[in-house]
Amino acid sequence: MAKLTFVGGIHPYDGKDMSKDKPIKAVLPKGDLVYPLSQHIGAPATPIVAKGDRVLTGQKIAEASGFVSAPIYATVSGTVKAIEPRRVVTGDNVMSIIIENDGEYEEVEYSPVESADQLSKEEIIGRVKEAGVVGMGGAGFPTFIKLSPKEPEKIDYVIANCAECEPYLTSDYRRMLEEPEKLVEGMKIMLRLFDNARGILAVEDNKPDCIELLKKITKDETRINVKALKTKYPQGAERQIIYATTGRSINSSMLPADAGCVVDNVDTIVAIYHAVMLGKPLMNRIVTVTGDAVADPRNFIVRIGTNYHELVEEAGGFKEQPVKIVSGGPMMGFGIFDLDVPTTKTASALLCLTQDDVSKMEPSACINCGKCVEVCPGRVVPRKLADFAEHYDEEAFLAHNGMECCECGCCSFVCPAKRPLTQTIKSMRKMQLAKRNKKPAPKQEKAKA
Amino acid sequence: MSDLMKVSSNPHVRSKVTTSSIMMMVVIALLPAAGFGIYNFGIDALILIVVTVASTVLTEFAYEKLMKKKVTIGDYSAVVTGLLLALNLPSSAPWWIGALGGIFAILVVKMLFGGLGQNFMNPALAARCFLLISFTSIMTNFECDTYTGATPLAALKSGEPVDILSMVIGRTSGTIGETSMIAIVLGACFLILLGVIDLRIPGSYIASFVIFACLFGGHGFDPAYISAQLAGGGLMLGAFFMATDYVTRPITKNGQYVYGILLGILTGIFRIFGPSSEGVSYAIIIGNLLVPLIEKITLPTAFGMKGGKRA
Repeated sequence: MAKLTFVGGIHPYDGKDMSKDKPIKAVLPKGDLVYPLSQHIGAPATPIVAKGDRVLTGQKIAEASGFVSAPIYATVSGTVKAIEPRRVVTGDNVMSIIIENDGEYEEVEYSPVESADQLSKEEIIGRVKEAGVVGMGGAGFPTFIKLSPKEPEKIDYVIANCAECEPYLTSDYRRMLEEPEKLVEGMKIMLRLFDNARGILAVEDNKPDCIELLKKITKDETRINVKALKTKYPQGAERQIIYATTGRSINSSMLPADAGCVVDNVDTIVAIYHAVMLGKPLMNRIVTVTGDAVADPRNFIVRIGTNYHELVEEAGGFKEQPVKIVSGGPMMGFGIFDLDVPTTKTASALLCLTQDDVSKMEPSACINCGKCVEVCPGRVVPRKLADFAEHYDEEAFLAHNGMECCECGCCSFVCPAKRPLTQTIKSMRKMQLAKRNKKPAPKQEKAKA
Repeated sequence: MSDLMKVSSNPHVRSKVTTSSIMMMVVIALLPAAGFGIYNFGIDALILIVVTVASTVLTEFAYEKLMKKKVTIGDYSAVVTGLLLALNLPSSAPWWIGALGGIFAILVVKMLFGGLGQNFMNPALAARCFLLISFTSIMTNFECDTYTGATPLAALKSGEPVDILSMVIGRTSGTIGETSMIAIVLGACFLILLGVIDLRIPGSYIASFVIFACLFGGHGFDPAYISAQLAGGGLMLGAFFMATDYVTRPITKNGQYVYGILLGILTGIFRIFGPSSEGVSYAIIIGNLLVPLIEKITLPTAFGMKGGKRA
C-alpha cells in the first residue's frame, strides 16, 4: 500500500511564489559559452574538437569516455576558442571547452521520428545515450544506464519525480504547466522499455494545478497514474519518493532498480522525449533565477554553457546586493563565491539571497534536543554521527549507519544549536566513499531538486 | 561585481528556532507553576525563586569568566535550571538553600562536566537531591504560614484522607512549583503545542506509573487513590519538565518510551515501597544514569535497512 509520504522531513520557507507565476523565458547567450567536460557522474567526456574549429548548434564537441559518462554538445554555433580549465559551481577548476558564439545559431540536422513505436528498445536507449541525457535534478547520473537495468522485465514502476521539494525552485512546476504533453510523452517512451511497469507522475500537493492538468491529460492512459504527495522536504529525494509512491524502501547500497523502480525528474524525462522523438541532444534546461536579491525572479530556458552573469542580467539584475549565491536550491545547492561560472546540465537554479543564515548563526553546544532524529528521513541519529565524524571514529560511524545519510540537510536546518551536522557527516561520508571506491559502482545518491 | 560571496556547504538555510528560544519557551511554560507557587505560599516563594535563579546565572557567568570561556548565560539554560530548582524547594527554606543549590547545580553538575549539553544528570534535580540528603529537615519542612501538617502525598501514604480537588488546583502544601497540577499541565500544553516537548516521555511515564500503582499500590484500581497519586507530589512537574530535559533523556524515539516506562516503575517503587512518600527526583536521576545504555539498545533501524541487503 502506498503511503504518499515518509517519516521525518521538514517544512522550510518555500519562496516559490517569487517565480512561479511567470512563464518561462528563453535566453540567448551573448558572451562565450563554457562546457565543463565533467557535468555528470562518471568519467569526464573527451573533447573531439580542437582550438579554432567551427562548430554548429547541436554538434557533438566531446565524446563519452567509458561506460559511465556522457557526451557534450555545442549549444550555439561559433568557434572553439580554447580548451582549458575553468571554474565551475563546486569551486573546482574543470577542463572545459570554450566556444565563441557567432550569434547565428546555425544548427545541425536532427533525425526526428514520427513515433517511438518505430524504434526498438535498444534504439531508444541508444538515442538517449547519444544525446548525453543525464539526471537533471542535480545528481547528473547518465540516464541511459538507469534505463537499462539488468532485468528490465522486473521494473514495476517508472516514477516521474515531479515533487520539486527544494524551496524556491519552480522550474519543474513551470515545465509541467507549460509543456505537460512532453512529460507524458517522455513517460510513454520510458514505459515502452519496461513492459511490466506502470508510470507514476508524483507531484507534491502544493501544485494542485499541475496535478489537475496531468490528470486531465493522462485520463486515457491506462498505464500512467498521477499521485499527489504530501508537501514536505525532501519528498523528491529518490529513496523517499520511491517509498511514498510504492511503499518500497531501499538503502544506500541499493539501486532503485533493486526495488523495481526507475526514477527520473521532470526535466530529464522531457530531455528523453527530445532525444528520442526529435533526435535532439541535451542542449538546454530550465533554470530558476530567484531569491530576494533578484529584481525579476523567474524561470529561463537556458542554453547549457551560458554564464550565470547573463542569467542575472536577464532577471533584471540585483535590486539589492546579495550576500549569498547558491547554484541549486537552498537545501542541496552549492554556495558559489562568484557568478563567473557556466550553466551545466545539472544547474537547476540560481538563488541569490540578501541574508546568509549560516554565517549569521554561530554554532553552539548540542543540547541533545533530538530534533535531528525527529526529522531525519534516513532514520539515523545525526547528532551521534556528527560526533563520530568530528572525532574521526570510523568504526562507530559505520556501525551507526552513517552511510545511510542522504545529505538532505534536514538536521542542519532544524538544529537549534545551529550545528553543521549535515556538513560534518557529509565530509566523513566522502572519505568513506573514497575508501570504498576500489569497486567502482557509482550510485546516484542526491536528492532531486 | 567585485565582492566575493559567502560560501558554505549545503544546506544554506536554517530554521528560526534556537537554543535560547527553546529555553525561553521553557521559562515561559514554567511561569504558571511559579506564579501559582507565589500566590499559594506568598512572598517567601518569590524571594527563593529570585535568589535561586540569580545564583545559577551568576555561577555560570563567574565560572566562564574565571575559566576564560565564552559566556553562555544568554542561552537561558541557567535560568531554566534555577527556576526548576526553586520550584522544587519548600517555601520555608532559607534563602541560602536556594543559593547553595544553584551553585551546586551549575558548578558541580553542569560546568565541571563540560557545560550545556554535557551533564549526565539533570542539574536542578541533582542539586535537589544533594540538598535533600544534606539538609533533610529543612528540605522536608513543608510548614509555612498557610499550611501546617503533612503534604497530601505523605498523608495519602499514611492512609489519611486527602482532598483531590484542592490537590488538582494546588491549594496544598508541598514544594513551590509542584502543587498545582492545572498550572503545570497548562505550561506543558504550551510546550507541546510549540513542539518543544512531546508526549512520548510524559505519556509513557505517567501511564506506566498508573499501571504500577494499580498493581502494587494496595488499593487496586481505585480512581481516588490513583488521581491523588498523580496530582500529589512532584510527578507532574517531573514528568513534563524534568524527565523531558533534552540533555539527560535518550535521543532515540524508542529509547524515550523505554525511559518513560523505567521512570514510571522507579517512581512507583520509591513511592510505594520506599520510606519517603516522594520518589520522582530519585527516579529521574537514576533514569538519567541509564540513558547511554538505553540509547545503545534503541538505535533506530535506518531507512531501507529492514530486510534489505547490504553490499
